[in-house]
Amino acid sequence: MTAGAPSNLGPTGTGTATARLPQILPRTARRRRVPLGNFKRAIFMAAVLLLSVLFIYPFLWLISASLKPKTDVFDNRLIPNEFAWNYDDLLDIAPVATWFMNSVWIGVVGALLTTLSSALVAFAFAYFRFPGRNLLFGLVLATMMLPGAVTMIPSYLIWNELGLVNTQYPLWVPNLFGSAFYIFLLRQFFMAIPRDLFEAARIDGDNYLTMFWRIAMPLAKPALIVTFVFEIQAKWFDLMTPLIYLRDAALFTLPLGLKTVLDQFGTGGGGQADWQIIMAGTVVTVVPMIIIFAFFQRAFLEGIATQGRKG
Amino acid sequence: MRSRGWLSGFRKPETWFAYGFIFPWLFGFIALTAGPMVASFYFSLTNYSVEQIAGLEKTSYVGAKNYRQLLEDEKITLALENTFIYTVMMVPATIIVALTLAMILLRVGRAGDFFRTVFYLPQITPPVAVGILLLVLFNGQQGIVNRGLELIGIPGPFWTTDPEWIKPSLVIMSVWAVGGTMVIYLAALRGVPQQLYEAAAMDGAPAWRRFKDVTLPMISPSLFFTFIILTIAGLNTFTEVYTAYFGTGSAGAESPEAALMYAIYLFRQAFEFFNMGYASAMAWLLFVIVMTVTLVQIVVSRRFVFYQGSARE
Repeated sequence: MTAGAPSNLGPTGTGTATARLPQILPRTARRRRVPLGNFKRAIFMAAVLLLSVLFIYPFLWLISASLKPKTDVFDNRLIPNEFAWNYDDLLDIAPVATWFMNSVWIGVVGALLTTLSSALVAFAFAYFRFPGRNLLFGLVLATMMLPGAVTMIPSYLIWNELGLVNTQYPLWVPNLFGSAFYIFLLRQFFMAIPRDLFEAARIDGDNYLTMFWRIAMPLAKPALIVTFVFEIQAKWFDLMTPLIYLRDAALFTLPLGLKTVLDQFGTGGGGQADWQIIMAGTVVTVVPMIIIFAFFQRAFLEGIATQGRKG
Repeated sequence: MRSRGWLSGFRKPETWFAYGFIFPWLFGFIALTAGPMVASFYFSLTNYSVEQIAGLEKTSYVGAKNYRQLLEDEKITLALENTFIYTVMMVPATIIVALTLAMILLRVGRAGDFFRTVFYLPQITPPVAVGILLLVLFNGQQGIVNRGLELIGIPGPFWTTDPEWIKPSLVIMSVWAVGGTMVIYLAALRGVPQQLYEAAAMDGAPAWRRFKDVTLPMISPSLFFTFIILTIAGLNTFTEVYTAYFGTGSAGAESPEAALMYAIYLFRQAFEFFNMGYASAMAWLLFVIVMTVTLVQIVVSRRFVFYQGSARE
């Protein structure tokens, strides 16, 4: 499984293997627009710079606050007057390293499984003609509309019945069964692969499984990467599922851990308002996503843009 | 005749392979979606709660009692009101800000790529972190937002404690994470054929006419899509608000009523009070509301959405 290789995400394209295929993901190359006057351009540039400050400032504030002693957190200086390494305190009061590793492994396992299972299902819907196909694919689309709340309680009761509440299984096992949105996305991609390629592979002695693995999967790499990073993000963001299923602090994921740190050390729960520690925890939760985004930027942005063109 | 053709498909090995390939989804659909849906509806008609889970008492059928209780529960009314107010503010605000940003980005040349990343960053910020940032940035006494407002001579409200200002601050934080919607609009705007603007300009159409009569119709499928997605997200809003205002400890006891969103109340009924039957009824009410709102949007939008070859793909 090479879905994690960032090397194919260079600025030149989505990899040579897909160059022949009709583009599903939009190219970033732009057409020329009506040229703007220098004055107008300067005004737009100023607006963009001003707005960027609004969007970036909270991050700078956060990182700066995480490096200040308790009394200075709200002094609103960007460069701390006096530095304090609150990260050591954070590690002392909470098993943050464990939470971090839990989040990483649940994210990676969940994303790998969902990419693989969704691709398998999507390939079947794209390639095979079989009775019930349209009906079943309609059901796939219908489940995209279903709010999670409706299935949340019985799912919990099933896991409870299996004795697996307060384990991490409920957080990633559902990824074995594919996910409607990814199935939809990947099916689009598989359908764009010329059928001749598959017929040729069949003549060369491939069976359906090797054909899927050797022909379809490599060609769908850009879409597989989108699926992978979207699911990583979904897992990294999720608070509700861990909140429902996890009780032992040692099993927590980062969002749930951060929430308990907030409850314990914030002002609401009679805490000491140790915001400097909470800020350090927030940085630990925020920064890994920014790093992942830096590597997979193209996949994130194209995945989102593709979503918008389903309409 | 048709049904015979349908069944005879199962004689082909290809069909069996196909069903083998989709088996993961089919199993998940039955075990984790369809089955639970039926079960959820059943539970919504029972008194299933703590005693029944522990096996101390038998589960009994209570008919529509849970649904009647929905009508009487003042917190349901409150939670629905909060959720609607939040959604009604958040959706248009997000759409307007996202479209504005996208249109500005298209006008700054190559620098647009860099600033697109900048504007996208809040979108990859975990919702729990957004909830925490809300508490510190909008803090009434010391928060940076009020310091900023002071600078331009506006006394800032107590965002996080004044019931009147809790939802506006939540909306502002959501709008901060506008990046995804913006990227969708960027792609749509790039798809508008340049000749249309040139033709409009040649006809002497002023900028706002070009925007209203060319841009808006051409990107209406994207506007429509985000309108629906944002509305559904708004009605289901949970994590940011739960992080900022609700907790399992004593923090939960002081939670402001103005922040009680429907999904939060549902979560508390199910997993803090373990009123599973009642919570299931709440889930179905949410389902019906989301479906109805979406259908109304589809019907109403039909006349405004303009599908054209290149805009649709």
